[in-house]
Formats: sequence, C-alpha cells, structure tokens
Amino acid sequence: MIENLDPTMVDWARAQFALTAMYHWIFVPLTLGLTWFIAYCHTISYRTGNEEWKRLTRFWMRLFAVNFAVGVATGIILEFEFGTNWSNYSWMVGDIFGAPLAIEGLFAFFLESTFFAVMFFGWDRVSRRFHLVSTWMVALGSNLSAVWILVANAWMQHPAGQEFNPDTARFEMNSFRDIVFSPVAVAKFTHTASSSMVLSAFFVISVSSWYLLKGRHRTMARRSIVLASVFCLLSSLFVIFTGDQSAYAVAQKQPMKLAACEGLLRGQTGADLIAIGVVKDDHDIRDDKQVTRLNIGIPELLSYLANRNFKSFVPGVRDMVYGNPEQNLLGAKQKMVKGRTALAALAAYRSDRQAGDEAGAAAARDTLRANQDYIGYGYLEKPEDAVPPIALSFYSFHFMVILGTLFPVVSVLFLLVAWRNTFEKHRGLLRVGTILLIPGMIAHWLGWIVAEVGRQPWAIQDLLPVNVAATRLSSGSVRATFFLFLFLFTVLLIAEVGIMLKQISIGPEEG
Amino acid sequence: MIGSLEYSTLQGLWWLLCSIVGALFLCLNFVQGGQSLLWTVPRTAEEKSLFVNSLGLKWELTFTTLVTFGGALFAAFPLFYATSFGGAYWMWILILFTFILQAVSYEFRNKPRNLLGGRTYELFMLINGTLGVLLIGTVVGTFFTGSEFTLDQYNVVAWVSPLRGIEAVFEPFNLGLGLFMVFHARTLGAMYLLNNLDPGSQGDLADRLRRATGINFIVSLPFLMYVLVRLLLMKGHEVRAEGAIVLAPHKYLDNLLAHPVLPVMLAAGLALVAWGVGKSARSASLRGIWFGGFGTFLIGLTLLLLPAYHNTAFYPSRTDPASGLTIFNASSSRFTLTVMTYVALFIPLILAYIAYVWRAMAGKRVGVDDVRNEEAY
Ligand code: HDD
Ligand code: HEM
Ligand code: HEM
Repeated sequence: MIENLDPTMVDWARAQFALTAMYHWIFVPLTLGLTWFIAYCHTISYRTGNEEWKRLTRFWMRLFAVNFAVGVATGIILEFEFGTNWSNYSWMVGDIFGAPLAIEGLFAFFLESTFFAVMFFGWDRVSRRFHLVSTWMVALGSNLSAVWILVANAWMQHPAGQEFNPDTARFEMNSFRDIVFSPVAVAKFTHTASSSMVLSAFFVISVSSWYLLKGRHRTMARRSIVLASVFCLLSSLFVIFTGDQSAYAVAQKQPMKLAACEGLLRGQTGADLIAIGVVKDDHDIRDDKQVTRLNIGIPELLSYLANRNFKSFVPGVRDMVYGNPEQNLLGAKQKMVKGRTALAALAAYRSDRQAGDEAGAAAARDTLRANQDYIGYGYLEKPEDAVPPIALSFYSFHFMVILGTLFPVVSVLFLLVAWRNTFEKHRGLLRVGTILLIPGMIAHWLGWIVAEVGRQPWAIQDLLPVNVAATRLSSGSVRATFFLFLFLFTVLLIAEVGIMLKQISIGPEEG
Repeated sequence: MIGSLEYSTLQGLWWLLCSIVGALFLCLNFVQGGQSLLWTVPRTAEEKSLFVNSLGLKWELTFTTLVTFGGALFAAFPLFYATSFGGAYWMWILILFTFILQAVSYEFRNKPRNLLGGRTYELFMLINGTLGVLLIGTVVGTFFTGSEFTLDQYNVVAWVSPLRGIEAVFEPFNLGLGLFMVFHARTLGAMYLLNNLDPGSQGDLADRLRRATGINFIVSLPFLMYVLVRLLLMKGHEVRAEGAIVLAPHKYLDNLLAHPVLPVMLAAGLALVAWGVGKSARSASLRGIWFGGFGTFLIGLTLLLLPAYHNTAFYPSRTDPASGLTIFNASSSRFTLTVMTYVALFIPLILAYIAYVWRAMAGKRVGVDDVRNEEAY
C-alpha cells in the first residue's frame, strides 16, 4: 500500500495548484468568450467593409492578445504541475488523464497558436477571407481546448470508462467514449463555455461604459454594448440552465458535494433548497439537521434539483458518513472497510504473483474486484475525512447562484437602455457597468471552488485521495515554489492590468 | 487495423511520435536562439523591434510544441512523466520558470506602462533563450547518462540528490549537450532571421546575421564533437532477459548501427546543417534555415531514438538500474495507445495547416512598417 504523505507538503501542493488555477482562470474565461465576440465583429467588418467595425475589431483583438499571454504562461505550469507535484496521481491515472491533455495540445493549442498569429498580424499579409477564417479558428481552437481540459477535470469528478489493473496497480482506460461523453463532462463544458461568455460580455460592457461616461468613442462603445448585452442575456440564461444541469450531475455522481453545498446534514425526502442561510460556527454533523440558521428555503426544490422528483430522498452528510440502512446507503465508515479490504487484497495479489501462487493470486484478485470501487476509502483515517469543507462550499455555491440569477436582469437593463440610446439619462447604470467585470470574475472563482473544494478529499472521486496523489517532496521545496509562483504571477498580473488599462485609455485609433 | 497492432509495436510507435514532436521542438528552438541574439546582433531600437516581431510570429508555435511534447509523454509514457517531473523537481520548475518569462515578454515588451520596462522583458527573452535551452539540453542528456532515483513496487519515485534534478548540470556530457544546443539555437536563429526579415533599410544587418550564423556554428562545434564522441563510447543501460537492466559497453554505438536508417539520418542531418550554415554565412542565399532546420530535425530525431530502442532503458537510474524506465515498462495500456494512435492519424492534417499558414504569412517579410504599427510587439 502506498503510504500517506506529509500533510503539510500536500497542503502546499494543493495551495500551489489552486494558486496557479486561480490565476489561469483570470485569463482563460475572457479568452473563451472574447474570441466569439471578436469573430462576430470581424465578420460584420468583413461583410460591410465598414472602417468603424474594423477599428472596433482591432481594438478588442489588442486587448485579447494582452490577456492571452498570461493565460498561456499559467497554463503550461498547470500542465506540468501534474507531473511535478502530483506524480503518484500522474502515474496511477496517466493512462486515462494524459490522453485528453495530449489531445488538447494536438487539436486545440496548435489551432489556437497557429491562427492567432494570422488573426493578429494578418491584416495586410493574407487575403481578407483567410484572415476572417483565422479569427474563427482561434475561437474554435480556444473553446476546443476547454472541451478537452474539462473532459479531464470531469473525469476526476466522475471517473467513468476505467478499470483498476492489479498487475500495474493503476487505473486504465476501457472506454474512451464514456470518458468524453460522461454527463459530468457535458455539463461542465456547457456551463463553463456559457459562463465565460457572460464574463466576456461584462468585460466589453465595463470598458464601453467607461468610454460612455468619459464621452469618448461613443459610436464604438454603444455598438459594443448593444452587442455585448445581447450576448450576455442569452448566455446568462443558458448559464442558469447549464448550472442546473451541473447541479443535477453533482447530485447523481457526487452527492457529498451537493450535501456540503446545501449544508444538508440529515437526508430528507422532499428536501428544501436553501436560498439564503448563515452557517453556524458550532455545527456538528452528528446532531444537527442543517448546518445553517436563518434559512430561507424553497420547499422541495432540492429534491427536484437532485432527482427531478419533488418527493425524492436527498442524502445528507451524515447519511454518507455513517450510512443509512433505511435508504440502503453505505456510509464512508462501511466503505472504509471495503477499501481496506481492497488494498490488502491488492498487496496479497502482488505477493502471491511474485511467489508463483496463482491460486492465491486469483482469490485475492476476486476480493479486490468485489471491493475496488471503494479503494480510495481504504486510505482514509476516519469516516469524517470524507466530508469536504462545508462552510466554504456552502457560501461559494450560494453566492454563485445568487450572482447567476442577477446577471440576466442586469443584461436586460443594459439592453433596454442601449436600445433606446438613453445612456445620458442613466449614468448610474453606466457606473455599475464599469465594475461589472468584478462580480463576473467572482462568480467564476466561486464556481471552481464549488467544484474543487467540494470534492475534497478526493483527487479522483472515491478512488484516490489527495494525500496519496502527491509527489514525495519536502514541504520546503513545495512552499518555495508556491511563493516563487505567487510572486511571479502577481507581478505579471499587475503588469497586465497596467497595460490593459493603458490600452483602454488609449482606445481604438480615431477614424 | 490499428486495433490489431502488437502492444510492443504501439509502444515503439509512440516513442517515435514523441521523438518527432521533440525533434520539431529542437528545430523550432530557433526562436530561443533569436531571443538570445537580440542581445548581441541588433544595433538600433528599430532593429531590435524587427527581431522581436519576426520571432513573435513563431514563438507560440514553439511553445505549443513543448506543451504537446509534454502532453504526448503524459498520455503515452505516464511513468516517465511521473518519475521525471516529480523526481527532477527543481530542474523542471526552473525550465518552466523560463517559459513563463517568455510567454509574456512578446506581448508586454513594447506596450506603454508595462511595469518592468522593455529592457526587462528582453532580459526575460535572453534567460529563456539561454538558460531554458541549456537546461532542456541537460535533461535530454540524462536519457543517456541517467539520474539518481529509485522506484518502489508501486512506482513511487524517490530521488537521491537533494538538488532534485539540478545535479544533472554537473555531468559534463549533459552540460556539453546543453551548451551545444544553446549555440546551435543561436545559429538557427540567425538563419531564420536572415530569411524572415526584410533587411532592405537596415544597412548591414544581413551581413551581421551571416556573421552570427558562422560564429555560433563554429562555437557550437567543439561541444557537438565532444557529445558525439562520448555518446558513441559511453556505456548504456541494456535490458536483458526478464527485464534485468545492466550497463553495457558502447551501447549507443550499437544502437546507432543496429538500424541503417539511424547513421544515415545522423550523417544527413549533420551535412544539412553544415550546408545550411555555409549557404547563410558564405553566400547571398536566404534559404539556409530550411537546410539547417531540417538537418536539426534529423539530428534531434536520431538523438531521441537512440536511447529507447533495442532493449535500452531510455530513462536510466544510476542508483538502482532495475528502476530504469523502458518504453515497455513506462507506457500506457494497449487500449490507451490504440485510442491515441487513432488520434495521431490527424497529425498530418495539423502539420498541413501549420505549413499552409507559415507559407501564407511568409509572403511578406517582416519590415519596418510592421514594427511601427499599433499591434507591434
Ligand atoms: C459567470 C460565472 C458563473 C455563474 C453566473 C454561474 N456559474 Fe456555476 N460555475 C461556473 C461559473 C458560473 C464555473 C467557473 O464555470 C464552474 C466551475 C467548474 C465548472 O464546471 O464551471 C461552475 C461550477 C458549477 C457547479 C459545480 C459543478 C461541478 O462540481 O462539477 C454547479 C453545481 C454550478 N456551477 C451551478 C450553478 C448554478 C445553479 C448557477 C445559477 C445561476 C450558476 N452555477 C451560475
Ligand atoms: C489543470 C488544468 C489546466 C491545464 C493543465 C491547462 C493547460 C494549459 C496550457 C499548457 C496552456 C498554454 C497553451 C499554449 O501553448 O498555447 C493553456 C492555455 C489555455 N487554457 Fe488551460 N489548462 C488548464 C485549465 C483550463 C481550463 C479549465 C480551461 C477552459 C475551460 C482552459 C482553457 C485554456 C485556454 C482557452 C488557453 C489559451 C490561453 C488563454 O486563453 O489564456 N484551461 N492551458
Ligand atoms: C481553472 C480553474 C480551477 C480552479 C480555480 C481550481 C481550484 C482548485 C482548488 C481551490 C483546489 C484545492 C482544493 C482544496 O484542496 O481544498 C484545487 C485542487 C486541484 N484541482 Fe483544481 N481548480 C481549477 C481547475 C482544475 C482543472 C481544470 C483540473 C484538472 C484538469 C484541476 C485539478 C485539480 C487537482 C489535481 C487538484 C489537486 C488535488 C485536489 O486538491 O483535489 N483543477 N483546484
């Protein structure tokens, strides 16, 4: 059995991954959404030959490019961090997880980087038509990269299409299709792609609102706002739809995450969805029914969300830790027994094989097969370890959803005002507009916290806890790189924001 | 059809594919070489900008090739990915560090209010172009000289040296290879710039690039000679029956001669590079980079193929030879390799559009009008 690793080191490795991911995620959603917006503007400019649209396209492209660079810099670190910090993980699931990453490089990054140069420098180098095609290729490429990386991430949340191989002691792929089309992957991609569009639309609205407040570049700013509000309205409605799909996928595949997000300790039939609540400081998963107080709930909605049935049973944290025989649910407590059996059988299988005892090996293998779905639980020390941080999951989920319901409203307001061209009368709205980017970004981060913190302690749901997944390193080394990256990324972020603001204040060239 | 390939054939095929990507990366290293030339060849700010904008058309391609190389190794040889990245931790972190620096430099260097000043971003490019290449060369060297690690029965890596990978720099062979690559990248960089720039208005810039091609080539030669001679004389980690790994004399020489294609490729590669350098340094031709680039690809490919085939451990362990990685014990399952091979059928398509775009963009050389517009790097 693989030993558990130094917890401080593991925490630093997690912190480092989260740091890189958070920085990556400042730039990536903007790229994902802005490319579609730019491609659309470019198309209009191509069709009409209108100089104003061309200037507008070039302007947004320039901001796009500045943003792109840091995304690339943080991305390469993420990819290699799987090897440097999570090497046991890389070996144990590389057979499955490596494939989407390789495909991403091959199909998406090459498309993106090849056509990026044309999009950016192609104005007088290639034909107008080929130039337009290139812009669309960049959009396609960046969104394809999202497809593949999210397939990879979704697989960690719901490890489909795999089987444990006792001879190599690792997980191996047995169906590529199941991995790519897993319901979690589909929900993840659609939700991420649409929420990235929302964020990008906010970015455009923010910049344009500022111009309108300053009375600069009025035509361009107004056009941009109209377009962005339409984008935003459509995509923010879609975000709610796909968010619901994601939550359904979570309920089905990671019920513990859902229970943490809802603060549900004791399972219920016809469970209420908590719309707003405050987490109690002294909650105890043994006694309490609910983690929160001051609840404002919507009757039976959680049951509907989880099972598409208002009367259905939604398991709570307690049920999943200690088990619930009435509902036929195994708890972490029982799963730990099975997990340990699986690990012991694995060790027996290997030593029997080495000793040439084929009969013994076959028996051990059968025991392993019967218990392997819980193999990760064998590493846990106590059943409560299977519970993710509840308060963080709860607040992150709820703030995201609250923001998510406000966003369509905001976009309708902008659309109305832009349509009637009454910005002069609604300067308040423009002021809100300039900072819209911030709640958009926060919603994104919260989403990832829900997804990643909510699945603790698992690196691979039920199969591999984080403290086994890491590399055997000294915590000093990992801490040192954490601060190295923190410093570097922060400097680059400051530089980026400075450049961005300067570019915005320079504005598009005047016609 | 792919479904019926032998497991060992797939493993061999995937080493070949990874090597091809790796060799492409080595020849695309002209970007890194160009970045370090930025500090020696240009005389005016405008010339510098010409350099950066010309390299700027290609830096992403090189970067993406590196990323894909990593991804392909992860998918096809996960145990190598885990062992090398997790084990030689500081080495890889340093390499990555230089690539973070590179990734922002093009976009930020010339922008107003860029916090650190254009000169700093040029320094970043230099660091990536020299230190980055040197360290990558060192890592490639460890395919031959080995590293100090052990794997336990669950393949968890333990690294002996507290330097976690940096110690590889102190092995002369690795260092020699690294230094060769630095100067070779500069040679390629000069040839590329000569081809891609429109030097019309820049006085003797073309002459200086021709001189840089020659000088860097000459400086790189002794390192190349040293590496080649040692390579052919040194012991290698041979896999015997039952998977036992032992040190065998002149293993890489044997591997080179084991398949006639290999020595031919190596000789052709060397000849092409020499020919390309000759063309660039001593004639009025602009096409040297094509020969130099293709030659580099061939040399790189030979170099990456040598340590893997013919029962050799491509990632040997000096501490415990039995822990060494071969393409058989480090690879993904047959199923995964089969799936990935279907995916790989698209590689020609990808190469085709890259080549198409490259040609389309090369129609107009990078000139002063390019560095004066608002998008310029
Ligand atoms: C503008 C950003 C934004 C907005 C407004 C929303 N989300 Fe979201 N959400 C994300 C941005 C995001 C994200 C950053 O893109 C995440 C992180 C992981 C993922 O797949 O998408 C995410 C994840 C995520 C998850 C976790 C999926 C998992 O763990 O696999 C759930 C359950 C929801 N969302 C549900 C919702 C609901 C019900 C919303 C209601 C309106 C909502 N989100 C709005
Ligand atoms: C751990 C997870 C991730 C890894 C390992 C990773 C890896 C990378 C790498 C290596 C790059 C640079 C590519 C290049 O050479 O151009 C990159 C950029 C990018 N990644 Fe990620 N990435 C991760 C998460 C994500 C996610 C979740 C998404 C989208 C949903 C995403 C979308 C992109 C996009 C669009 C780019 C282009 C650059 C940019 O927009 O800033 N990545 N990523
Ligand atoms: C880009 C947005 C992402 C953010 C903001 C993010 C955030 C986080 C956070 C906060 C953690 C630490 C959780 C904790 O320990 O409590 C974490 C861990 C991790 N995430 Fe993500 N993540 C992102 C994307 C991804 C993607 C796309 C992948 C996989 C492809 C991924 C894989 C991991 C892994 C392997 C860990 C370490 C193991 C673990 O702690 O579970 N993350 N991430």
